[in-house]
Amino acid sequence: MSGILTPAESEALLLSLRVSSVAIACAMPFAFLAALFLARARRFAGKSLFDGLVHLPLVLPPVAVGYLLLVVFGARGPLGAWLLENFAIRFVFSWTGAALASALITFPLQVRAIRLALEGSDAALGEAARTLGARRLDRLLNITLPLAVPGIVSGAITAFAASLGEFGAIITFVSNIPGETQTLPLAIYAALQAPGGEVEAARLCALSIALALVFVTAAEFAGRRLRR
Amino acid sequence: MSLEVSLRHRFGAFALDVSFVARGKVTALFGPSGAGKTSVVLAVAGLSRPRQGRIAVDGRVLADTAAGRFVPPERRRIAVVFQDARLFPHMSVRDNLLFGWRRAAAKADAATIAGVVDLLGLERLLDRDPRRLSGGEKSRVALGRALLSSPDMLLLDEPLAALDAARRGEILPYLERLAREARLPMLYVSHQVEEVARLADEIVVLENGRVKVQGSVFDLLTDVDAAAGVPPLGAVFEATVAEHRADGLSVLAFDGGVLYVRRLGRETGTRLRVRLRAEDIMLAREEPRAISANNVLPCTVKAVRLHGEEADVQLRCGATRLVARITQSSCRRLGIEPGAAVYAVVKSLTVEREAPETPASSTASS
Repeated sequence: MSGILTPAESEALLLSLRVSSVAIACAMPFAFLAALFLARARRFAGKSLFDGLVHLPLVLPPVAVGYLLLVVFGARGPLGAWLLENFAIRFVFSWTGAALASALITFPLQVRAIRLALEGSDAALGEAARTLGARRLDRLLNITLPLAVPGIVSGAITAFAASLGEFGAIITFVSNIPGETQTLPLAIYAALQAPGGEVEAARLCALSIALALVFVTAAEFAGRRLRR
Repeated sequence: MSLEVSLRHRFGAFALDVSFVARGKVTALFGPSGAGKTSVVLAVAGLSRPRQGRIAVDGRVLADTAAGRFVPPERRRIAVVFQDARLFPHMSVRDNLLFGWRRAAAKADAATIAGVVDLLGLERLLDRDPRRLSGGEKSRVALGRALLSSPDMLLLDEPLAALDAARRGEILPYLERLAREARLPMLYVSHQVEEVARLADEIVVLENGRVKVQGSVFDLLTDVDAAAGVPPLGAVFEATVAEHRADGLSVLAFDGGVLYVRRLGRETGTRLRVRLRAEDIMLAREEPRAISANNVLPCTVKAVRLHGEEADVQLRCGATRLVARITQSSCRRLGIEPGAAVYAVVKSLTVEREAPETPASSTASS
């Protein structure tokens, strides 16, 4: 890889992959629970509110999400100060902050895919499991979860692909630090800001396109395989 | 066993008000679609909660709205075989079969598991993907899965309704064998008289959400009275294999005489159920001679019921009741009326032949 990519480029690529993997993996259990709640809970006012809240990152400008993260998780923010003081966890100016921002932005994508799978899976199977002695948690782990796997996988891959392109929330929340928070889109932006950086920007752009194509194809393939 | 059901519920315009106590080993819940059969099954299984009512199996109260008691389905030990099988698509047939077994408090031992696999001919299906099974195979797996969960009772909600005649013929011998061999009480939902005649001991007839009539299968299916709520089949009675004769016939003794049938693969002394269709019984005023039919039974006419072009003639042969369906013109011509002595010529009858051995041979033997 070093033959084709410069060290800085492969650093940005690997950082992008790491940030997105961690973001999607950490958000997945929460996305499953949120989807389960939305698919199963009866209609009530709080449910619509929760649904709106989950979808907020999809409609809000990413810069606004980044700003809100800064307010909450910044060194002087309520949660940020508490985490720093008690656990020495710092999100600002760190790649983990980039992952947090990506996780939040792509959260609705995961929730939507899992929710669709849950709503499409047959409630009658849960009834059959009940008559065979399976209790609630048992049914969740052995019937609901395995049947939702296609949705979980396709949601994760779509969210991962979207996460690779995240820019606004990351640059606002954790800034543009090479090697720490400078993912591919941020590297493209930095290259464009530098005099004579057009060639570098074009190379990074091509890299992004290749990466996106790989993951969209993977999502398609995994979706088809799992649905059989 | 005893199953006590008393339910009151409203679904929109449909009111369910059902109350019965079933003591048969196999009780059939019979009636046209929309009569409320499935509602009763769901309530007994615990999958629906009646607005008002009480359900008890052998004195164990599963639901009692007056006492605020409701045992959830996962703790009822009542297995259900649904019409659409409901196999878990993400598990092999083996894991489907063992799903309830793994969760049962009193687990069936290896010999019992092998027995169920054998009874239902599941051996070569164990590693298959349930989504790739035929309709009949799915039903068998669903039945095996229910049996292995060691239930106190088995509910079968029209398990054959989704199958064509051939597949139905493939499953029925298994159910028949199960009904005879298993000590498990069953509630069998059906709207097929033939199925009920083959499997049930007792029938509860539902109509418009109410119990119309309840009684033994031997009485209800051999009664010309339309109020019975079930079209009469002809005759259903138990007989004993008395003898295998050298001429290739077997002799069945019943309460009213003997029947000759083609050689049966059953030991003498075996009790089995005989079914005759009303259309397959001809009547004669004098004893017919030189006739190909093997079975001619002397009977007394008890009642005649006319409907349409036909006449259903209630007969008695010893202690056994039969119904013959003839045309009204024959009825007049022969002067058939209550008290008349007639001979019933049996054109064909059905007995449980051999117990099904393998799935391949069972298709033909039904």
